[in-house]
Amino acid sequence: MEKREFNVVAETGIHARPATLLVQAASKFNSDINLEYKGKSVNLKSIMGVMSLGVGQGADVTISAEGADEKEAIAAIEETMKKEGLSN
Amino acid sequence: MTKELKGIAASDGVATAKAYLLVQPDLSFSKSTIDDAQKEIDRLHTALDQSNSELETIRAKAAESLGEEEAQVFDAHMMILADPEFTGAIETQIKDDSVNAESALKSVSDGFITTFEAMTDNPYMQERAADIRDVSTRVLAHLLGRSLPNPALIDSEVIVVAHDLTPSDTAQLNKKFVKAFVTDIGGRTAHSAIMARSLEIPAVVGTDEVTKDVTNGQTLTVNGLTGEVTIDPSADQIAASEKAAKDYAAQKAEWAQLKTAKTITADGKHFELGANIGTPKDLDGVLANGAEAIGLYRTEFLYMDSSELPSEEDQFQAYKQVLEAMNPKPVVVRTMDIGGDKKLPYLPLPAEDNPFLGYRAIRISLDRQDIFRTQLRALIRASAFGNLRIMFPMIGTINEFKAAKKIFLEEKDKLVQEGVKVSDNIQTGMMMEIPAAAVLADQFAKVADFFSIGTNDLIQYTMAADRGNERVSYLYQPYNPSILRLVKHIIDSAHKEGKWAGMCGEAAGDPIMVPILMGMGLDEFSMSATSVLRVRSQMKHLSAEYMQTLAERAVTESTTNEDNEKLVAEFTAEDK
Repeated sequence: MEKREFNVVAETGIHARPATLLVQAASKFNSDINLEYKGKSVNLKSIMGVMSLGVGQGADVTISAEGADEKEAIAAIEETMKKEGLSN
Repeated sequence: MTKELKGIAASDGVATAKAYLLVQPDLSFSKSTIDDAQKEIDRLHTALDQSNSELETIRAKAAESLGEEEAQVFDAHMMILADPEFTGAIETQIKDDSVNAESALKSVSDGFITTFEAMTDNPYMQERAADIRDVSTRVLAHLLGRSLPNPALIDSEVIVVAHDLTPSDTAQLNKKFVKAFVTDIGGRTAHSAIMARSLEIPAVVGTDEVTKDVTNGQTLTVNGLTGEVTIDPSADQIAASEKAAKDYAAQKAEWAQLKTAKTITADGKHFELGANIGTPKDLDGVLANGAEAIGLYRTEFLYMDSSELPSEEDQFQAYKQVLEAMNPKPVVVRTMDIGGDKKLPYLPLPAEDNPFLGYRAIRISLDRQDIFRTQLRALIRASAFGNLRIMFPMIGTINEFKAAKKIFLEEKDKLVQEGVKVSDNIQTGMMMEIPAAAVLADQFAKVADFFSIGTNDLIQYTMAADRGNERVSYLYQPYNPSILRLVKHIIDSAHKEGKWAGMCGEAAGDPIMVPILMGMGLDEFSMSATSVLRVRSQMKHLSAEYMQTLAERAVTESTTNEDNEKLVAEFTAEDK
């Protein structure tokens, strides 16, 4: 399993456009990918799951991937997080 | 069977075509136990696929008619359709509980809706509940073998029939196919009515019951001049409607000849006829209808059509485009009028009990000077490209006006010092829409360069009657002597100080109001661009001097709105 922690710096947290892009990025991979926040874990390929967490600015989240393409998945997600200004 | 309805004439023109009901069909179903879970899951997937391809069509049309930004809401809908948690949960419920797809869909989406609606600290997430509801309704309709109507899916000549039309519905109406629309509710000043006039689609609103009386595909005649709608008309009625359409077209052709003419009354007095616009896209209509000015440029669309505060540069480009196109004709730009019924998703404002009496327009601008100064800088920079007049909305006190003017002068000085070329002849005026300001117009006239009377709000505040509330709609009385006295006081006060007064509310293009306003000596009339030629033609046949007697009697002798309607009819008939 591949795991990475992020601190969300975006003022609006993970919602709207960034959430959509994260889900799109995750959906490209076969691995099971989860987003964990405040002890709750959701499927990162689910827009409603991601948005239902209500991740705000300053939140610490963990993203984990498990499967054949787990390394590539985490790398792609990290890139999206940075590109969208979600994390540093 | 033939049936006749009467509503409010909201947009000129006459049409005959088949009805297209923009009404949600009956989507009731009952929960049932099923044996073949796989069959239900297959049905679910068929409905999901149909919904997805429908959304693709709607999205493409929306991108064309509303812009990419607005179309993105449908991307969100498609993502919900593809959400593995959403579809997975429905499948699981079908299998585990042996229930039909309709019932599993409803229970799963209700669960998500409840979760999102519970996020009361996050209005954005709460709004997502509406997206889930929309998507779930669409899938349900396909499961039940019904189709959800959508303006984007219309591809033959129809008359749209709806309970009400949202701004996005109206914006998606394709003029090529939509010959008219009729609604149950709404008034002349409703957003959909204003849009209909700018699109030049005949419309009748406020019929109360049209959606109950009409079925899909029935023939309708709609007269947007009289407010009459006939369902299933006789051959004679169709012929009469076609003749009315022809007469209207002939009249429009006659008006078109006035396009390049100045607006001159029968006794030779000139009035300035301006047009109201919301975006630079509306310039085509302004020029096509021969307006002599832009009397109101509503800048809030710049803010509403954006996902973040518009930058100084974006605003500058928009203002410059309008000023250049109109130069040397004047353009009155109203600074941001957000609040009331106009909200910005990226500028969350706390919910208020009385938004129309709350934090809006200049009240926000003076409080959020970062936003206000950006807008003023963009305007002042654009002033070099045309004849700019800046107008502050919702001014209630002299101090508010002075504060706004001071900020304007500060930004102008800064730009001059930065070496930016700016006009040194920018008039700064104000909307007259708060009764407190109207009463004190003589004092305001000493500080403001001009007044523009916003009748919709002035009437609603003076009569203490919400203009969106049908139960008190009888109080929307533009000809009530109380309103007319305020209007007269505003005009007289401006003239006393050598300033000008205009009107940018719907009343400025109202055939009953025009003669009274002529008599009061209103300097500038600003209206929907499509009304300009009609009013120019009306003024051509009336004598301004004779209308002075009308105006005098309207404020001294009349006691009701109806008295004045009669009085105007009397005066204009005599003057023909």
